[in-house]
Amino acid sequence: MARGRRRKLLLSRLHAFACGASSSQVDVSQVGGPGFSRVAFANESNSVEAANLNYGANYVSTTKYTVASFVPKALFEQFRRVANIYFLLTGCLSFTPLAPYSAGSAILPLIVVIGATMAKEAIEDWRRYQQDIEVNNRKVKLHQGEGAFRSTEWRNLRVGDIVKVEKDSFFPADLVMLSSSYDDGLCYVETMNLDGETNLKLKQSLEVTSGLHSDSSYQNFNAIIKCEDPNANLYTYVGTIEYGDQQYSLSPQQLLLRDSKLRNTDYIYGVVVFTGHDTKVMQNATNPPSKRSKIERLMGRLIYFLMASLVLISVIGSVVFGVITHDDLQDGKMKRWYLRPDDSTIYFDPRRAAVSAILHFLTAMILYTYFVPISLYVSIEIVKVLQTIFINQDIQMYHEESDKPAYARTSNLNEELGQVDTILSDKTGTLTCNSMEFIKCSIAGIAYGHGFTEVERAMARRKGFPLIEDEESKENHDHAKPAIKGFNFDDARLMNGQWVKEPHADVIRMFFRLLAICHTAIPEVDDATGKISYEAESPDEAAFVIAARELGFEFYQRTQTSISIRELDPSSGKHVERSYTLLNVIEFNSTRKRMSVIVQDDEGKLLLLSKGADSVMFERLANDGRKFEDKTKEQMHEYADAGLRTLVLGYCEIDEAEYKNFNEAFTEAKNSVSVDREEKMEAAADSIERNLILLGATAVEDKLQSGVPECIDKLAQAGIKLWVLTGDKMETAVNIGFACSLLRQGMKKIVITLEGQDIIRLEKEGDKRAIAKASKENVIYQINQGRQLVCSSTSESFALIIDGKSLAYALEDDVKNLFLQLAVGCASVICCRSSPKQKALVTRLVKEGTGKVTLAIGDGANDVGMLQEADIGIGISGAEGMQAVMASDVAISQFRFLERLLLVHGHWCYRRISTMICYFFYKNLTFGTTIFLYEAYTTFSGQAAYNDWYMSLYNVFFTSLPVIALGVFDQDVSARLCLKFPLLYQEGVQNMLFSWRRILGWMFTGVCNGILVFFFCITALQHQAFRKGGQVVSYDVLGGTMYTCVVWIVNCHMALSIRYFTAIQHIVIWGSIAVWYLFLLVYGAIPPAYSTNAYRVFVEVLAPAPSYWITTLFVTIATLIPYFTYSTIQMRFFPMYHNMIQWIRHDGQAEDLEYCHIVRQRSVRPTTVGVSARVDAKINQTVGVSPRVDAKINQSSSRRIHHVVNSP
Amino acid sequence: MNNSAAGTSSGSGDVSAPRRNSNRPKYSRFTQQELPACKPILTPRWVISVFTLIGVIFIPIGIAALRASTNVVEIVKRYDADCIPGNNTKAYKVAYIQDKNIDKTCNITLRVPKDMDPPIYVYYQLDNFYQNHRRYVKSRNDAQLKDRGKANDTSGCDPEDASNGSPIVPCGLIAWSLFNDTYNFSIGNQNLTVNKRGISWKSDRDHKFGNDVFPRNFQNGTLIGGASLDENTPLSQQEDLIVWMRTAALPTFRKSYGKIEQNLRENDTITVTIKNNYNTYSFSGKKKLVLSTSSWLGGKNDFIGITYLTIGGLCFFLAIAFTGVYLVKPRKLGDPSYLSWNRNPSGR
Repeated sequence: MARGRRRKLLLSRLHAFACGASSSQVDVSQVGGPGFSRVAFANESNSVEAANLNYGANYVSTTKYTVASFVPKALFEQFRRVANIYFLLTGCLSFTPLAPYSAGSAILPLIVVIGATMAKEAIEDWRRYQQDIEVNNRKVKLHQGEGAFRSTEWRNLRVGDIVKVEKDSFFPADLVMLSSSYDDGLCYVETMNLDGETNLKLKQSLEVTSGLHSDSSYQNFNAIIKCEDPNANLYTYVGTIEYGDQQYSLSPQQLLLRDSKLRNTDYIYGVVVFTGHDTKVMQNATNPPSKRSKIERLMGRLIYFLMASLVLISVIGSVVFGVITHDDLQDGKMKRWYLRPDDSTIYFDPRRAAVSAILHFLTAMILYTYFVPISLYVSIEIVKVLQTIFINQDIQMYHEESDKPAYARTSNLNEELGQVDTILSDKTGTLTCNSMEFIKCSIAGIAYGHGFTEVERAMARRKGFPLIEDEESKENHDHAKPAIKGFNFDDARLMNGQWVKEPHADVIRMFFRLLAICHTAIPEVDDATGKISYEAESPDEAAFVIAARELGFEFYQRTQTSISIRELDPSSGKHVERSYTLLNVIEFNSTRKRMSVIVQDDEGKLLLLSKGADSVMFERLANDGRKFEDKTKEQMHEYADAGLRTLVLGYCEIDEAEYKNFNEAFTEAKNSVSVDREEKMEAAADSIERNLILLGATAVEDKLQSGVPECIDKLAQAGIKLWVLTGDKMETAVNIGFACSLLRQGMKKIVITLEGQDIIRLEKEGDKRAIAKASKENVIYQINQGRQLVCSSTSESFALIIDGKSLAYALEDDVKNLFLQLAVGCASVICCRSSPKQKALVTRLVKEGTGKVTLAIGDGANDVGMLQEADIGIGISGAEGMQAVMASDVAISQFRFLERLLLVHGHWCYRRISTMICYFFYKNLTFGTTIFLYEAYTTFSGQAAYNDWYMSLYNVFFTSLPVIALGVFDQDVSARLCLKFPLLYQEGVQNMLFSWRRILGWMFTGVCNGILVFFFCITALQHQAFRKGGQVVSYDVLGGTMYTCVVWIVNCHMALSIRYFTAIQHIVIWGSIAVWYLFLLVYGAIPPAYSTNAYRVFVEVLAPAPSYWITTLFVTIATLIPYFTYSTIQMRFFPMYHNMIQWIRHDGQAEDLEYCHIVRQRSVRPTTVGVSARVDAKINQTVGVSPRVDAKINQSSSRRIHHVVNSP
Repeated sequence: MNNSAAGTSSGSGDVSAPRRNSNRPKYSRFTQQELPACKPILTPRWVISVFTLIGVIFIPIGIAALRASTNVVEIVKRYDADCIPGNNTKAYKVAYIQDKNIDKTCNITLRVPKDMDPPIYVYYQLDNFYQNHRRYVKSRNDAQLKDRGKANDTSGCDPEDASNGSPIVPCGLIAWSLFNDTYNFSIGNQNLTVNKRGISWKSDRDHKFGNDVFPRNFQNGTLIGGASLDENTPLSQQEDLIVWMRTAALPTFRKSYGKIEQNLRENDTITVTIKNNYNTYSFSGKKKLVLSTSSWLGGKNDFIGITYLTIGGLCFFLAIAFTGVYLVKPRKLGDPSYLSWNRNPSGR
């Protein structure tokens, strides 16, 4: 809708009539009522009335914390983790006599953990703050009274201020435009940061104010603007302005939005109406959420689980303790007299056994802190930061041209990258480079243009015929001649005037003339060089004009009534200037799907030139104009299949009388004010746009970024779904869908749109309620239709295409689940014309509806909401400013890097983090179980099995580094193989490495290991002498031996569970064990006042005793044998996907393509999108094999060939 | 990073002057995660050799350990029940043991089952005695034991910290409950001397118990716990105390009593005169007297040897089993039918 209006006004500029008059009347009656209460006193921002309104300043803050709120808020964030609260409580309790060990060792780790995490938060927020400062301190010219404009910072602006914004600068706030450097108050605005569209939009001020051209005219300017309250809707604005005792209504046409840019206009004057966070763009931005990965959330639940079991065993211990303590004193008789129960403290008092038991419960909770790995969080933070560094350092994600490496802005989500189920992608600038290139055309049934599109290249590569020679020649070509933006056409038959020698030269001439005339672009002549550039509404229109220019039909001047071009005269061979009188422009819109101009050439001939979609053009051809129809259709089909967007060109000559009739009808329709105005105009246009003569078709490539089709193909093979959410119109989106292989011929398209006739009719009647009701019903109906279609067919793949208006209804609460069901059933989903808010809503719908991990990728400010809503937001650090990057979690510079980011880094990080967490639980349960069992042997008196410092250093020295090394370096499969077997990614999507089964398996192993260690040790080291010297086992000997066993076991278990040993792994694993012995030596050498019962334990007691070593050996081996056996069997007979790849690599068959292919192919799920699917479909089609039975064989054999050629 | 990024974005695409790649990550095998690595996987050869190796190592050790254990001669005699006249109730036993006026001397005889070569270690074994109870373990003051000047430092010793207004040295429950049964051994009429020197750890004598710290005010309270100490012998020489204060890990434990440094012949009958003073009757603890020789592995405990043999045997068995399985059922190469996503095709 908005687009239609804009288009109209642009045209109104070309023709002097109807300026502004046609804009639909805004309902201003609401202004001043609820929801429309904003008042801006223009030029009086300092007045008392303005001050009373108390609107915020233009300061914008995107930080999470302020200086004052940092400490409490960050602490609050930290203590949202229940584990941290628990550690804080135990830390505090450890200062009381309840503590089974010293306080320092309990509280210190917590301080380190909290401190490190808070420091990280602070640094991240500081970066955001720096960005805010930059924005808030941008300069703008502000009216300071007396007609003087002075430069000031953005943040100082207030509602009612009058500002002057100059060319190529951003609007600092939402402004109501008063006037511009143009007489009629026009200005051009680039809204790329809002909606990602690069074309310029036209805004126009009210006529009454458009005369205020100079600074001085604002000296005594006074007006009151009343308008709607701040809201998020970018395309509506309702307000009035009181100026000179008159009230005028304001529309979106006068509103200039913050973050859009003034272009092609020297300056504008405007009144600030919304500032800072009230501006529409800021209202569109949702608060930056602190994202936590799924694994981290699950880990939170696991910790609850652990703590629940911890409470349980503490309760058991306390009950037993209470009973035994109670028994110690009966009728004044002491049982265990050596404990002096008659003269006891409250902690062990048999007379108050209940109280003692409760206090013991607290002691036990402190003692068992080792069940909950305190260092888990801090280790994960460290690991994630290091992983982030690896991502940032990856040279294969560095983009040479823009000089940008990948940049992970937050480290919270690394492992989430390995679990992405659905990607929601922006189109413009993300999938495409945001430029259109004229690449091919079909004229008079002959195809011209040798270029290859990305899609063709991708398909060729898949088929096994890399267009090597072609690529080389293209590269040479690029070097030879500077590429012209928007033009990538290469065919000697047409270039450099050679077209005159072609058989249908006259058709060719007409074809290019049409391109040069039938458009709404404006030429801009560079005074210095004489070069002409064009300002077009859309990049494809620019591509046409440029193509015409490059092929010798240079459009160089446009006036209100004429278009002038320079063209080659085939007879003289010289350039001649021709001027065409422009009679009518019949605009493009999405129902007409065509645009026409009526011109009169030098000779007085009347020509109707028309270009449009094939669906509407072919039916309008004259009977004698269909000469090339079949061939053109065939070629267009090829173009479309190659992902190009095509238009059909046709013309006809009309005679004076005919034109006169038409013009009368058309003008009348145009000037009428009745509701059926547009219908009448359309009818008039329809009557004249008939009997066309077909000239040919154009093919324009919306240039995809390099590697996008392959990347999408890989992602599809990895089982990741891709949705495209774009602000573009449906046709464009569909074209891109074809270009990047999301759509292909033969896919069933389900289109949900509200462009149907009855809705349009209702819209004309203007009853909003009725429209909404009917629209909604219509959408629901269409969704249900689609669902039936999807349900009824299993073999076909479907594509869902939905436009923004329908989406608004589809996202309503009662419909959205239906919509989601339909969308999930479709292989590709494309949402067109969606607003930033809708993008975010769709993202939320997918995220919450499917419960799977969503990733949003985008490059413009219009994607910010989506990026923040998704589980992971990826910003493309392209040309469109930094907003998306600032809101993203990871920034990459090209879409294709997503492949490596997800399949390699994502998979690795997922595997690393999940294994790491499992291992953490394992090692702490092993340790904790021995503590628990030992406590049971002390009648649950709260005595720990080990020396205090053994325990507190367990997580720090003896077991931490291997697990960190695992988290940072481990690779189940090398990067090359990750990419070769994309399906490996499904391990993350299906969360196979962090399923409850696996976690509980690890935990169970931990508990079993603990039990084994304990009972082996106490049986081997019973009461008998353990040395030749006859010495018996004491508390410190048992503790030391058991601890040694635990250290060996957890480290060896690590060595068994990783399959990737670099020198680092060897150093940390064996080093950790060595450090334990070293620690025993050093700690034992410290005087007994500090080392207490660990004094000289190793040198004097343990080391000389063979039984110590022998016990360590057999306990370690015996404990590890079950796991070793298990993993042998699992590896051999029940391999997971990564195990298979490991086998392949190990057997040296990674080079054996045939073999790899079998594995890959047999585990590949049929993909429904992507180049592979397209190739498969094509093969099935061409070979004509009857469905399925043979198709499979055929498919696999064809694939094999691909892989042979296509090995990376 | 931010600066340069902002810079390029403001230049909005027009790639003008060719810049040097300032942001290009440095290549190194480390940062690209391409470090040379050994990637072992559990191949049949590996698995079978590991199991065989373990078997080969474990079985000899097991045999040696078992031999060591069987060569140890051990005499264990429980005497707590025998040394109380009659078969009485627990209350009677407790009253009996607590009565200071009864002479609790008690004679038992031990038969030597096999020749025993010196040194023969004498232990007392207590049962159900929780020396590892948290209250008990903490009830001592190491500073006081070591340092003569810190006699007043009795923190943590409650309730055995002071009596009659002055501090107890050594304070605390451990010292207070010192074991006080005594044994006299004789074969026929000949006394066997028991050497009580060198039964404690040297580091304890040298570094934990002061040689100038003397017992003071010990067992002077209303409630007598266990043995008294000679006030003229420094703590560092009170080896019974030192042994006792190195607390046991488990509720059943032995403590060194002394060494007999002479041969005992098979079928010798040893008469032990026991002063049965120590009260284990309140908590139903057993008291045993143990005479044992030692091997390189220590005392008599077959567990280690048996375990080694079991594990060794198990590993051999596993090695054979895996060999068999590998032969019988070779792995289907890369059969992906196990993969869960292939198992349920509904998962699209």
